[in-house]
Amino acid sequence: MSNVSSERIPNNVDLASDRKLQRALEAWQPRFIDWWMEMGPEGFQSDQVYLRTAISVEADGWAHFDYVKMPDYRWGIFLTPPTQSRTIGFGDNLGKPVWDTVPGEHRNALRRLIVTQGDTEPASVEQQRLLGQTCPSLYDLRNLFQVNVEEGRHLWAMVYLLHSYFGRDGREEAEALLERRSGNEDKPRILGAFNEPCRHWLSFFMFTYFTDRDGKYQLLALAESGFDPLARTTRFMLTEEAHHMFVGETGVGRIVERTIELTQKNSNGDARAEGGIDLPTLQKYVNLWYSVSLDLFGGEISSNAANYFASGLKARAKEDRYEDHLVLDEVMSFEVPRADRSGFDRQDVPLRNAMNEVLRGEYVEDSQRGVDKWNRQLEEAGLAFRITLPSTRFHRATGLYAGLHFDPEGRLLSEAEWQAQKGQFLPTEDDETYVSSLMQRPIYEPGKMAHWIAPPAKGIKGRPIDFEYVRRQDI
Amino acid sequence: MESATPKVEEPVRFSTHPSRYHHWKLHVDGAVARLVMAVDDQHPLRGGYVLKLNSYDLGVDIELADAVQRLRFEHPEVRAVLVSSGTDNCFCAGANIYMLGASTHAFKVNFCKFTNETRLYLEEASAKSGQTYIAALNGVASGGGYELALACETIYLQDDGSSAVSFPETPLLAVLPGTGGLTRLVDKRKVRRDLADVFSTLAEGVRGKRSKDWGLVDDVFAKSRFDAEVKKRADALVAAAAPKDEGPGILLADVAPTRSEDGAKLVSSYRYVEFTVDRETRTATLLVRGPTSPAATDGKTLREQGSDHWHLRAFRELDDALLDLRFNHPTVGLLVLETSGDPEAVRAHDEALAGLGGDWLGREISLLVARVLRRLDLTARSLFATLRPGSCFAGSLFELALSADRSYMLASQDDDAPRIGLSSLNFGALPMSNGLTRLETRFLARPEHAASLRDVRHLFDHDAALEHGLVTFTPDDIDWDDDVRIAVEERASLSPDALTGMEANLRFAGPETMETKIFARLSAWQNWIFQRPNAVGERGALTMYGRPERPEFDWRRT
Repeated sequence: MSNVSSERIPNNVDLASDRKLQRALEAWQPRFIDWWMEMGPEGFQSDQVYLRTAISVEADGWAHFDYVKMPDYRWGIFLTPPTQSRTIGFGDNLGKPVWDTVPGEHRNALRRLIVTQGDTEPASVEQQRLLGQTCPSLYDLRNLFQVNVEEGRHLWAMVYLLHSYFGRDGREEAEALLERRSGNEDKPRILGAFNEPCRHWLSFFMFTYFTDRDGKYQLLALAESGFDPLARTTRFMLTEEAHHMFVGETGVGRIVERTIELTQKNSNGDARAEGGIDLPTLQKYVNLWYSVSLDLFGGEISSNAANYFASGLKARAKEDRYEDHLVLDEVMSFEVPRADRSGFDRQDVPLRNAMNEVLRGEYVEDSQRGVDKWNRQLEEAGLAFRITLPSTRFHRATGLYAGLHFDPEGRLLSEAEWQAQKGQFLPTEDDETYVSSLMQRPIYEPGKMAHWIAPPAKGIKGRPIDFEYVRRQDI
Repeated sequence: MESATPKVEEPVRFSTHPSRYHHWKLHVDGAVARLVMAVDDQHPLRGGYVLKLNSYDLGVDIELADAVQRLRFEHPEVRAVLVSSGTDNCFCAGANIYMLGASTHAFKVNFCKFTNETRLYLEEASAKSGQTYIAALNGVASGGGYELALACETIYLQDDGSSAVSFPETPLLAVLPGTGGLTRLVDKRKVRRDLADVFSTLAEGVRGKRSKDWGLVDDVFAKSRFDAEVKKRADALVAAAAPKDEGPGILLADVAPTRSEDGAKLVSSYRYVEFTVDRETRTATLLVRGPTSPAATDGKTLREQGSDHWHLRAFRELDDALLDLRFNHPTVGLLVLETSGDPEAVRAHDEALAGLGGDWLGREISLLVARVLRRLDLTARSLFATLRPGSCFAGSLFELALSADRSYMLASQDDDAPRIGLSSLNFGALPMSNGLTRLETRFLARPEHAASLRDVRHLFDHDAALEHGLVTFTPDDIDWDDDVRIAVEERASLSPDALTGMEANLRFAGPETMETKIFARLSAWQNWIFQRPNAVGERGALTMYGRPERPEFDWRRT
């Protein structure tokens, strides 16, 4: 039987009668499975996992739960149904009908946007492929795999666009998405944060909280695109992305909860002494993952960003909340560091060129919400420590502040000061070793939690916490 | 946009030294040199733009030209030069767009001309000095970045999924690659024209295996092996190369002149060259003095003289003055070429240099003299040579008169009457861009005449010079002042644009070479496109680059 059928690949794009897509997927699908076996979760491919599968875009169809072996997961292709006579909502093409095919003029830019987005999806699966072996519970193991298969589906979503709308070039780019490898020196993933190792579950929760949230904002901006298939694809992806951030937010929240207990239990208030993750260490991981995720938005001043907006390819998140969709007159002010490091100069930039910063600003606000929740936990427990988001200048590798050093409050540091202090701001090798040491053994017993994390408030899809979310085959 | 009155800017100076480079690092390790581009983005030649992504401006290219020159003279033992980038993920993004946007048309044209000359020098070093340039593209090479690679003999590209070669000029900026890229693509690398067509409209370029399949690069290597594979090839090239030249090299001393001002006149006094700009008449005079000390006839003496050697010193000074003219005196339309000294002394020095052709330093000096003379040919100003009493238009210095658009020789019977002499150097060592000698180009209709002049050992007086077609006019002392003055004034009154086009058409008769194609197409096409509204109009692509709005084109084709 063909690998490519509507039975095998749930979809709402009429795959059964789309010869072009069938041909492309017949070649690509087996390679995707090869990639999944090689780079997907290691050691769990024959387990039965209680997973959510999207089988239609209807309210009852996008979240179908059942046990499934991951390699048998039905990665589907779904687009939010089209809006009748939708028009482009921003930029120079404001008010014109959206495009159902790729305009030649924008082929290059669109392909770049889609490939960059698509590249992050398999990258995160690669980054997380060993985490199952140190899982803190079956509940968390299942959540990890849910995130992984859905990142896989998001890859499918981008590949669908490449296959359907970009001809041979698109097929080649789709292949290349399976050839690059996170952290590989020769074939790295495109964006920096997706080449950072994700060695343990603290990093995993930070990643899903901070880095997947970048994904949310990129998808929100693309969901406004004048290229309608991209807009509709990303809208559907957003429904799934929410769960990933939920995993991050509750994961960190459960660590905070447990750390509070351990801090209070210890006579010196030292959670580390009790085998937990102390708050200063937690803060360092916030600093790390938040700052590398800020980089994903790109440079503060960007002609590409202006071009994407002007052309109607990528807008602001929820563009309709804004009044002015042409954005020709507004400017944004930046504090640009002087070359001699003596301070900053104010520079006004046309707002279109600052679109990356607009999106980053929304992200910063959104990131703060979860942090506030964690801090409420600390406040209610009577602890003085508060988790903070560092300055957007801190530890940046792209944009205005790249190549300079700042402390988390955003004060300029000399190279010597940075070298002396960075161990206070960012995880050290010792911190990495310590956190990993807490997670030497996986917990496969239903309902049981690792020492360093509290149980979740409730299970998945109304199931109890001690539900057997993953049926291990070969322990 | 260009303003009617040019801004008063600091003059551009061309002397530099590796110890003062901002943008390049030059490492010499035995027979392999590394030229690493690490542009300091905070050091543009002029303010107002940041040299991001290893993009370059004239300041960056002045250092490159200096490095290429110094490698030839100061490091003759070098056999392979690896050109790479010190910036992560980016080899070179080409000429800085904001710099181009902020420059006057005249500056842009001269900038492109200078960068083209530098790339040709690099190719000449590979072809004639036994220093083979290898581009090691450890990141994206776009636009001028890929053109720099094309000027190297071999191109290796890192295969890392993102490093690419590209010509985004047409799709992104609505202009053309300005340093011979299109010509080298099909003429030098012989890339198939349909593939070149696809490549030149593909903003993101071509990477990995396809770049090799299409002939855009010679080979691709994975990132982890890249440095080692490239080094291996450089070492192999060194092993297969001719035996090392006898070192050590000579140091090139600075040739900067002393500058003085005399009313409307600016005078730059070098040791052998005096360059005078008259801002009122928009004319300049370039006087080259002949040698006064005996010629070096053996390698040992040549090395002792080092950069004080007359040819070497005088022509480096001439080069510096020509660049000063091009960049710092845009309104000067006419350059008068003069010499002073003993024609026999020039001929003696020429013959001595010709006799040292087997010595690497002798060869390098001849090549340098030839380069400077080509720089003169390519200078878009009217060139008149005036052959006056006491002048020494002989041999290599007679090439100045041959390079001129016309020449005036005083008809005189006096003892100090001007004389013209020929030397071995007039017959092959100092070719023009078209590959011919200036005499061959001058006498295209009578090749046998050009050849027969080789046998003339005596000096030509004005009658003989006129008869043999070596000068244009020979006024006597009664007519001289008026004839020359009127000719100069008349020339200075004509349209500078029309003159530039007319002179370029007439100067380069004879066969086409890659070099003539590059300059001709630069002048004809790029300079035209650079002026068109689709590039530099209010909504042109170059104007709009980096701005929040999109360009708009006038769709009518010519």
